[in-house]
Amino acid sequence: MNRKTFLALLGRDAHVARRNFFPLLLQTLLQPMLLVFVLGRVLTTSGMMPVQYKSMLLPGIIALSMLLAGIQAVAMPLISEFQFTKEIEDRLLAPIENQWVAIEKVFAGMVQALVAGLVVLPSAWLLIGKGVELRLGRPAEFFAIVLLVALLSSTIGLTLGCAIGQTQIGLMFSLVVAPMIFFGCAYYPWSALASFPILKRVVLVNPFVYASEGLRAALAPQLPHLPVIAIFAALAAFDAFFLWYGISRFLRKAVG
Amino acid sequence: MPLAVRTQALRKLYTSAPPVAGAGRGISLSFRASRERRQRKIEVLALDDLSLDVRAGELFGLLGPNGAGKSTTVGVLTTRIRPTGGRAFIGDHDVWKERVAVKRRIGVVPQRPNLDFSLTAREILTFHGAYFGMPTTARNARAGELLERFQLTDRADQLCIGFSGGMLQRLSIARAMVHDPEVLFLDEPSAGLDPQTRLVLWEIVREYHRRGRTIVLTTHNMEEADALCERVAIVDHGKVIALGTPADLKRSVPGGHIIRLVVAPRPPALLRQLERLEGVTEVRPVGEQRVDLYADRGGPLVPEVVNLALLARVEIRDVHIAEPSLENLFLHHTGRSLRD
Repeated sequence: MNRKTFLALLGRDAHVARRNFFPLLLQTLLQPMLLVFVLGRVLTTSGMMPVQYKSMLLPGIIALSMLLAGIQAVAMPLISEFQFTKEIEDRLLAPIENQWVAIEKVFAGMVQALVAGLVVLPSAWLLIGKGVELRLGRPAEFFAIVLLVALLSSTIGLTLGCAIGQTQIGLMFSLVVAPMIFFGCAYYPWSALASFPILKRVVLVNPFVYASEGLRAALAPQLPHLPVIAIFAALAAFDAFFLWYGISRFLRKAVG
Repeated sequence: MPLAVRTQALRKLYTSAPPVAGAGRGISLSFRASRERRQRKIEVLALDDLSLDVRAGELFGLLGPNGAGKSTTVGVLTTRIRPTGGRAFIGDHDVWKERVAVKRRIGVVPQRPNLDFSLTAREILTFHGAYFGMPTTARNARAGELLERFQLTDRADQLCIGFSGGMLQRLSIARAMVHDPEVLFLDEPSAGLDPQTRLVLWEIVREYHRRGRTIVLTTHNMEEADALCERVAIVDHGKVIALGTPADLKRSVPGGHIIRLVVAPRPPALLRQLERLEGVTEVRPVGEQRVDLYADRGGPLVPEVVNLALLARVEIRDVHIAEPSLENLFLHHTGRSLRD
């Protein structure tokens, strides 16, 4: 690996992200804020949901924002760079092995997912109002989970970015991203699926479940969540799988 | 003289659509698309044992019609396409095995601009310099110098997405030159440029060549190959069909001049009589009505040809005289015109 080239590629992505900072911020913040307001504020204040729901929802929203940020930061640019503009060639001709071009994308996506998580956490907390009980009991555990979730979102972004065609972006959101989120335990804990025994088992193949449950375990440990050890194991396994699979798809696509 | 570029029996068989058309590869979510893909089994032999040697410091041209394998050759030499067989070298480096070393030594101007559309013209050049490890001051100076040279200074700090075709092409060439590569590849550099911009481009290419750099360019325009290149390989169906300096190549066509006749009828006796004319080296019937005469003169031969036709009671429907050119050479080897 060539460190100078890798840093220059990262510098390029940072430069483009800085230039688009406000649109990016809006894109990252708007959807989670709407969800927080409707689910966390309107439904709880009107009494349709108990106040405890606020603490249940907030970690899920953070996981959701991180996932969307990773997809936006890695998958969307890759789809157009590979197909429409062909500008991926501009990066592939840099003097560095092709897999490092993919790893650089993952790294840049991770940073954007982390920033998204860090921005959404306080803003959502402010918007959701009184009654949230978040306890950061074990900061090391929280940071480890946040890092694993950021890596998960950007490696999923890499995989989708190398697998989806320009014309299939809409389908990607409705067929892949939406089910992943809705069956991803972002709006409810996994234990809430007790009355749906089959679904409860099936959703375990969804990597996003471990992101939501992991952040829930780290931020609101008083609420029901999957065992922490299982969360770590699953996140690490999914990270490794999507990193390997995403890079191998990238390499196949990178060369004619 | 050391070799800058070498290919040995290079083969490339595409089993899916070739790169430009095959942009949509990947897991397909559209059911119709996947069914279509199963139905058409594509096998395209783009390179068929193509062997070439380009000397260091040479301005080398690959001339051929569209689909001849020129861009695939450049793709393989620039690490962008994996060859199915054979080997390719830049200097002493095996292109497929030592891709990073190769990428460091080459600059590539693609057929379609693949510039970084999120950046301004100046940033494209400075970031490119950064990818190649140039220090900040050096790359800023180089970017300024190239922008000036390519007349892009006025628009240097605008996003390149709004640039005209000619500007994008100039910027692509500037980008390929930022790190001062030993070998510069230009794939159809003048396609879509107006004649004036084409002359500017030729001057830029010549000047880079005068600095001792190796240049490989592809073109389907024989005037461009003739005007620019020291040596030309004529490529068709993934093979080199002729190789040499433009002058040698032109001389290698029997006679040099071609007189293309369309006659009706075309009695064999006429062909024999044409062959006996002084200065005619070859008479080649093509299709139903055409006769190609390879000869050492063009116009001066026509009255004699007309006389023979009159005596044989043959109607001449069309006469075309072609001066010695690479076009004639291509015609001689393939029976087709470059533009066909």
